[in-house]
Amino acid sequence: MIVELGHYALILAFAISLIQSVVPLVGAHKGWGDWMAVANPMASAQFALVALSFAALTWAFVTSDFSVALVVDNSHTAKPLIYKISGVWGNHEGSLLLWVLILVLFGACAAWFGGNLPATLQARVLAVQSSIGAAFMAFTIFTSNPFTRVAGPPFDGRDLNPLLQDPGLAFHPPFLYLGYVGLSMAFSFAVAALIEGRVDAAWGRWVRPWTLAAWIFLTIGIALGSWWAYYELGWGGFWFWDPVENASFMPWLFATALLHSAIVVEKRETLKAWTILLAILGFGFSLLGTFIVRSGLLTSVHAFASDPDRGVFILMIFAGFMGVALTLFALRGAVLESKGVFATVSRESALVLNNVLLAVSSFVVFVGTMWPLVAEMFFGRVLSVGPPFFNAAFTPFMVALAVALPLGAILPWKRGNLRKAAHSLRGVAVLAVVLGALVWTLQTGGSILAPIGVVLGGWVVLGALADLWLRAGRGDIAPKLRRMARLPRADWGKATAHAGLGVTIFAIAALLGWETEDIRVARIGQSFEHGGYTLTLTDVHRVEGPNYSSTMGIVDVTRDGAPVTQLTPEKRVYPAAGMPTTEAAIDYGLFRDLYLALGDAQDGGGWALRTYVKPFASWLWGGCILMALGGLISLSDRRFRVAAGARAAAPEPTPAE
Amino acid sequence: MRLILFVLMMLAAPLVPAPALAVEPDEVLDDPALEARARELSAGLRCVVCRNESIDESNADLARDMRIILRERLVAGDSDDEAVQYLVDRYGEYVLLNPQPDGVNLVLWVSGPVLLLLGLGIAATTLRRRARPEPPLSDAEKERLRDLMKH
Repeated sequence: MIVELGHYALILAFAISLIQSVVPLVGAHKGWGDWMAVANPMASAQFALVALSFAALTWAFVTSDFSVALVVDNSHTAKPLIYKISGVWGNHEGSLLLWVLILVLFGACAAWFGGNLPATLQARVLAVQSSIGAAFMAFTIFTSNPFTRVAGPPFDGRDLNPLLQDPGLAFHPPFLYLGYVGLSMAFSFAVAALIEGRVDAAWGRWVRPWTLAAWIFLTIGIALGSWWAYYELGWGGFWFWDPVENASFMPWLFATALLHSAIVVEKRETLKAWTILLAILGFGFSLLGTFIVRSGLLTSVHAFASDPDRGVFILMIFAGFMGVALTLFALRGAVLESKGVFATVSRESALVLNNVLLAVSSFVVFVGTMWPLVAEMFFGRVLSVGPPFFNAAFTPFMVALAVALPLGAILPWKRGNLRKAAHSLRGVAVLAVVLGALVWTLQTGGSILAPIGVVLGGWVVLGALADLWLRAGRGDIAPKLRRMARLPRADWGKATAHAGLGVTIFAIAALLGWETEDIRVARIGQSFEHGGYTLTLTDVHRVEGPNYSSTMGIVDVTRDGAPVTQLTPEKRVYPAAGMPTTEAAIDYGLFRDLYLALGDAQDGGGWALRTYVKPFASWLWGGCILMALGGLISLSDRRFRVAAGARAAAPEPTPAE
Repeated sequence: MRLILFVLMMLAAPLVPAPALAVEPDEVLDDPALEARARELSAGLRCVVCRNESIDESNADLARDMRIILRERLVAGDSDDEAVQYLVDRYGEYVLLNPQPDGVNLVLWVSGPVLLLLGLGIAATTLRRRARPEPPLSDAEKERLRDLMKH
């Protein structure tokens, strides 16, 4: 009964979304206030209904209702509660419902907090947002119904894929979707502005926090996925340039670009058309990512062939929204008149460079991701495009970005002086190079990669600090520090996020350059040395988990005779799903992770054991956390809390900085 | 990310490679220099039955066979190129994770630089046009300015 209620609520929400995507639009066009006013309660109703629907599905999972096909396929009575809940979105249908839930939540937020938007703009935004919702609800209801019942309910389910029964992955999809779907807000605002024919600072001030929020979620989601791959796949890789990874990375790059160009719209009322285009493309790539992942076109030709409906449906959604939005852009883009004038060397231009680098690097990832498909379809060449290509083709853009970042960040608006900016940062540059040279001398042998990472990372991190320092003005240190503490939170957020990028760059280079590995057959009781540690496999025994059985190795780790830790790498088998997984044992450290993975028992006795020392691995996630934190700090800036969307008759004068 | 990949694999029910050890201890060559070369080469070769995994990462039996063949060729004295070509001849161009820069693949390789030049070119022209000094005030505007200055 509850399941049917959930199904019914979803259909009702679909009907409302159809009305909401037409009526307010007509109202805004004709200037009928009552037609526009229906959008707000409808957006709230949609959210309530979809939330009800999602709750019903969650209830079916929590109570292990095996009359629902989705629960049978993805759950098991013995599964811990948290994975019963995460099982709701650990599959195609349920994750789509989560996607829809987040979509209508964003729509409802625009209704709840958008009271100070111009009425016509708000009505149009809600209508566009609702039309996206309608498309995805239709997709859910007609091709991927999560509420389908089975005729003969089995006694137990087939269990969730064991790889997904993991705390990291339980929260990875919701964050990723919050990011993906958050970009729909920027899209709705862009399309509404095109219909409206005007973009001003208030528009920028509205779009930025939404984009920022989406970007924060996307950053956390990607970092969680990467961290999961690091500890789960058994050898500590953190990025694979897999099509599904790229599907989330391309929207992230666009969101980053959009974030920066929206600043220009907000502060300088220029680059409007470009920002609108970025908002459209950003959501377009997020739809394309959905298509890539859901259709299985790139990951498995069979998945696509077995259910072409889904792939075709998403392709239609993608083509429809992009077609309409880009046509609108072509027709109305020219109307968006830019006000601010700026010189070729200025903060505006630096942000344009940032945008060009991010957008082009995203297109490079796109071309690389789609190339195997294109080459096979049109040129009959069956080939692969893998990490070596992406590393070679993508990295130069990030290096260029990192080199330009500190300089661009301190350039003043309107008109800058490159020589003056370089002069202010000469100390930073010298320090970064000295650090790199020091590291290069200290490391015996080894690749040049890590020292380059130190120089680049140091340049970005120190540059971010210098940015704050310079903004605090001249004078003695004490008043300067006081002024620094009083800088707007947006400035602190900017510096934190930029420093996070620097830390990430350094960590990637250090990890790739300094990682060491040891593969051996370890016998019980036998000790071996690796990376300054003495490791002893003391025992291997079987352990029974709630819904799996595990082979667990016990490894004592000592350094210079003193005990460091005991690690327990595992191999698990989940009988219900019939699948083995590795659970690497990791001793996390500030400067290195010690990473152990247990392999099979060997014919001649002993166990295969892999040992890695991964320097600065934690800094990689730390850098991502810093980036997300920077976004949060920026989001808490006073002007977003107080002045979001406020169109005061006499706008506060923005200092030219 | 890979979550959805695995979900898909599960839905479509192809073989899911068990993530466990890739290179087994018994495969490792005695000569460390040769082994290092083998590791580097195998990171660029695709396991043909896996989803986007190199033979260095993969735990599949076929990947193991390919790793062993590669090592045999290196021990037999093949150069890096010859050893890789040996595998390409048997498994096709598909095994190369780094696509060969020839024929239509050139599109793939030059797309980055070309797009960058295009982007920078468009940005530069637009910026230069924008950086032009604003047109002088019209008579009406001068009039208004004089009005404002009086007060």
